[in-house]
Amino acid sequence: MAYDLSFAKDVYENAEEGHWIKMCMQCGVCAGSCPLGPHWEFSPRQLFQMIRAGKAEEVLKSESMWMCVSCYHCMVRCPRGLPITHIVHGLARFAVEKKRADKDQVTRRFAKILWENMERGGRIGEMALTTKLYMVNGIPDGVKKGMEMKDQAMSMLKSGRLKMDPLHLSRIRGHAGFKAMLKKAREIEQKKRES
Amino acid sequence: MTKTYTFYPGCSSEKKASAANLDISVQSMCHILDIRLNEIKDWNCCSASIGYAEGGELPRLALSARNLGLAQKQSHRKDVVATCAACWLALRETNDRLNEDAEIKAEMDEVLQAAHLTYDGSLRPRHLVEVLIEDIGWDTLKEKVKKPLTGLKIAGYVGCQTNRPFGVCGDSFENPTYLDKMIEICGATPVAFDKKVACCGGALAFSELEKVCGLIKDILQSAKDSGADLIVTPCPVCQLNVEVYQDKVNQMFGTRFKIPVVYYSQLFVAAWGGSWKQAALHQQIVPANVLKRFVR
Amino acid sequence: MENQKIGCYICTGCGIGDLLDIKLLEDMATKESRIPVVRTHAFLCGEEGLTTIRHDMQNEAVNTVVIAACSPRVHVETFRQLEAPLLDRVNLREQVIWVQHLKEEDDKDVFEEDRQMAAEDYLRMGCAKVKKMDPPEPFDDPGLSKTIMVVGGGVSGLTAAKEAADTGYDVVLVEKDAELGGRVAQMLKVSPVKPPYDQLEQPPTAALIAAVEGHDKIKIYKKATIKETTGAPGLFDVKIEYGAGEYSTGEDSTGEDSTGEDYSTGEDSTGEDSTGEDSTGEDSTGENSERIGAIVVATGYTLYDETKLTHLGHGTSPDVITAWEFEQMAKAGNIVRKSDGQPAKRVAFSLCAGSRDVQHLEYCSGACCTYSMKQALYVTEQYEDASTFLIYQEIRTPGQMEDFYRKVQNEGGVFIKGDINKVASGSNGGLTVDINDKLLRTPESLDVDLLVLATGMMPNIDTTDPNQETDLSASDANSVLNLQYRQGPSLPLLKWGFPDSHYICFPYETRRTGIHAAGPVRRPMGISSSMTDATGAALKAIQTVESIGRGAAVHPRVGDLSYPSFRVDGCTQCKRCTEECPFGAINEDDKSNPLFNPTRCRRCGTCMGACPQKIISFSNYSVDMISTMFKECEIPEEDEEKPRILIFACENDAYPALDMIGHNRGILTPYIRVVPLRCMGSMNLVWVADAMSAGYDGVLLMGCRHGDDYQCHFVRGSALAETRLNKVAETLDRLQLESERVKMIEVNIMDSDILPDKINAFVDDLEAFGPNPFKEF
Repeated sequence: MAYDLSFAKDVYENAEEGHWIKMCMQCGVCAGSCPLGPHWEFSPRQLFQMIRAGKAEEVLKSESMWMCVSCYHCMVRCPRGLPITHIVHGLARFAVEKKRADKDQVTRRFAKILWENMERGGRIGEMALTTKLYMVNGIPDGVKKGMEMKDQAMSMLKSGRLKMDPLHLSRIRGHAGFKAMLKKAREIEQKKRES
Repeated sequence: MTKTYTFYPGCSSEKKASAANLDISVQSMCHILDIRLNEIKDWNCCSASIGYAEGGELPRLALSARNLGLAQKQSHRKDVVATCAACWLALRETNDRLNEDAEIKAEMDEVLQAAHLTYDGSLRPRHLVEVLIEDIGWDTLKEKVKKPLTGLKIAGYVGCQTNRPFGVCGDSFENPTYLDKMIEICGATPVAFDKKVACCGGALAFSELEKVCGLIKDILQSAKDSGADLIVTPCPVCQLNVEVYQDKVNQMFGTRFKIPVVYYSQLFVAAWGGSWKQAALHQQIVPANVLKRFVR
Repeated sequence: MENQKIGCYICTGCGIGDLLDIKLLEDMATKESRIPVVRTHAFLCGEEGLTTIRHDMQNEAVNTVVIAACSPRVHVETFRQLEAPLLDRVNLREQVIWVQHLKEEDDKDVFEEDRQMAAEDYLRMGCAKVKKMDPPEPFDDPGLSKTIMVVGGGVSGLTAAKEAADTGYDVVLVEKDAELGGRVAQMLKVSPVKPPYDQLEQPPTAALIAAVEGHDKIKIYKKATIKETTGAPGLFDVKIEYGAGEYSTGEDSTGEDSTGEDYSTGEDSTGEDSTGEDSTGEDSTGENSERIGAIVVATGYTLYDETKLTHLGHGTSPDVITAWEFEQMAKAGNIVRKSDGQPAKRVAFSLCAGSRDVQHLEYCSGACCTYSMKQALYVTEQYEDASTFLIYQEIRTPGQMEDFYRKVQNEGGVFIKGDINKVASGSNGGLTVDINDKLLRTPESLDVDLLVLATGMMPNIDTTDPNQETDLSASDANSVLNLQYRQGPSLPLLKWGFPDSHYICFPYETRRTGIHAAGPVRRPMGISSSMTDATGAALKAIQTVESIGRGAAVHPRVGDLSYPSFRVDGCTQCKRCTEECPFGAINEDDKSNPLFNPTRCRRCGTCMGACPQKIISFSNYSVDMISTMFKECEIPEEDEEKPRILIFACENDAYPALDMIGHNRGILTPYIRVVPLRCMGSMNLVWVADAMSAGYDGVLLMGCRHGDDYQCHFVRGSALAETRLNKVAETLDRLQLESERVKMIEVNIMDSDILPDKINAFVDDLEAFGPNPFKEF
């Protein structure tokens, strides 16, 4: 049934900043302000209306929110003052939590690799991050991609802006506490979701 | 008198990381201005603007909360200064959320406890640019100029996250003027640059390179059309994307851009009589040769 | 005027003295126009200049002052201080020296001669004009009343009555129903009318009714109709028929009774006790007559007939209801499906139901979006798990409603931009509404318990249902006011049947002087706007009774004391004046002679322009005066090749536009002579014939835009002038002249940039015809 509001209510209550979605007045300033606007299947305002219309699958499986470059243009221009950028981030995360986001979506995959890279030692290891990113579809594809980007990598290395650290084994000193902290945060979120 | 601040450099400003030239020039700049930056000991990554997807709300905010907790533990100073746009944004967003949302604050207390930390929300995350404008002042910045960059035409590229959603010193989101003013102070000429606040694609350069190169091409084209000899920016992501992908853009679009992209801190160090190395200009990928006639 | 002594004062300031030969002007005034006192001053508008004139008024018995200086549109107050019995202005600055500039190709001598000639002609006209003027004597009548009658006891009428009475005026309030309060009193709640503008509020009517019913200056007639309204502003006699005992004042009836006389008349007619409220059960009626100064019509609206909205599902199911039905349902605290009495938790509202639709009401009622939002909140208030859908074209919430809009969204109201394609009974007992969702760009199907049609407003300007087709004469017979006007009993209406009331320049004014429309009868509007509107109309009504009390005109010639007199013995009963008066000021007697009502008059002079016998004149504005003026101008011989074009310019728009050319130092041809008219409606065709006989090569009329979106300050003046002009060809033919020598153009006050070109184009046209052959004579 169209405009069954149960999905909308789920989003309002459980997606980060999701409760703002009902305040959108559909002016489209967000869509017009987005640098990658032409690449969005559904603009933010469309996503918001689809949520109200109860189109759960189409929203959650959409690649649209993975197009966000976090430039915050939409957010500062929204005449209703809605935190659009954060809402879109929240929707992307919501799709992950609902296990609807495509695991192979490139930005989603990158986000996962970055998070893992960061969590492993507490900080980003840029070389390990890029290497992992290239190798995600297996070594032959990774080598090919790496070759395409070798000029960039070489110039970074030469200018002293890329550390030869493909394994990224260093840890921050308080790493144990850091891991415990993230574990706790995830626990609390999990508990909230279940309640 | 020495001004001292707690400092959050972030991953890209680590030694031999992608914004090493930012860090070196910032240190030189602060040395000249008698600013001391006390790095937060054992800081962690903020997960930048892509952390939301895998981290979710509370773990993502916990990253910055830990840094703020460490800062509070290590120093009595209220100001935490960042040089990276994304780091600054993450600190501020987290700080705002903790102050505005009692539920998040309560949860965060519990989360930080697991790392044996507390944070009460009272610190003030600031961008180094704010420190320069508000604490040092335009007059001092101008007085330091020894080698005015006369005749140089520069596109001031403010980008996104140094500008939105928080803004620097209340400047406009659509047409901020502080960077042009900095260019002027250095003796150079700011050009009318219509991509001043446009997006370079940010972190999506890692996942959507083709789309992002389209954005970078527009920025480079606009700088070229405005007659700029060089682009200056406060943001490490802007600097990286616009500089390092120029060859990719040229390859993709058949263009022949070769426009140096430097940090405002490099520009100041150059104009204030610092050396090529102090300004970290040797670490450019597109050589900033136009600055050679001013810098020893 | 008797014992007239004219003083002519030429100002040499602002460059006038440098550019014109003042000596020649003085000589001309003295010798040719025979003005006894002629003086020159460098700064007439200064204290010293004014003192010079005052001195002559005291010592030389000057009683008529001609100021030859700047435009009559500036320094109005400065020269009014002189309190001269007659005063007129000659515009040497804006329309002579500021619009004539020496160009390279010009011969300097010729240029200066042309400029001097223009200045002299304007001075001649000014001197001739005052000789034809008399000081106006204001109209007075011992029977003038300042009582304000408010028709309609809804929220608009109650507000108007209260505001007028609180200001100190006696008010007569007439309500057709047995109770005051109108529709608003029957509502559950109303959308916000006061800060913070985001909360539902109690209807404001209860407090208003209490204030009005307890007010010692307000007399109330209930179950009342107006049988007849005779007379004119200040002198209206209104016959009111009312339900027995259904009128009262706030005063104790047994106590001292300031409105005693009228009151007792009422008692006599019913022959009953006077404490109205006690005897409401009576079927017999009473009739009373009231002397009224001004009227506020606040008769409200009728909702558009929902049975015509079958395309929105009306008639498909009992669950398709109107917003008014829904309001009553909510007021009863029982929002349910009408079909089976099940709770109605999913409710859709169709905004613009039959509005902004060429098949139905073409206009926006400006209130339906807001009242639908209000009703959406009713559902959320009654049911915790409510879902409300507002299907809209555009959200239009005029006034302070943005926060209210947000509130409704925040409470979960879902706004859907789209059209309803089909409404059918749903499988689960409710309705299925098929919509073309313009936001999703897909067809969608919406299951709801109720579909509420937000219908628009139609003005209650007569007593029949505006949803029923009635012919005009029948409609007139049902007029709310039953005016005894020669032009009919009803208020003249604009498009869509709302009484004519210029929305920018003269809101609350109708085309019947002293009768002011307020609230949704004037234009569709919501409660908050209606209350503002009613206050405005009450103030306008007060202005009317006060102006009329002084014998002065109401807008737009505010304060004008002159009014036309009719030399009835010359009348041929052609009825042009009685038909053409835009304000219905002139009735007719049995023999079709005009019966003039001075207090209905707005002093435009349309009657004067209409009269072929020239029997209608003002003491200071007449056919003869204008003719004499332009005939005073020197018409150069044909071989001098200096054409003369007479311009009649409407003083409301065209004349200021001409002044503005001067202010911008634009260029006007020196061959024109401009005569300002009160309104193009006062343009008498005699002038065209006279101008042609006098040797003018052409006549250009500059009037305001007419038609549905007219800008004429007197509504129909420019339109009537255009009609008259169609007849001028005949006159010109008789004179064997090209009819194109006379032309009318529409001039807007903002047209100063394009006006010189328009004038030049006319001059070029005339050149093709050659000089007026009458110059010879």
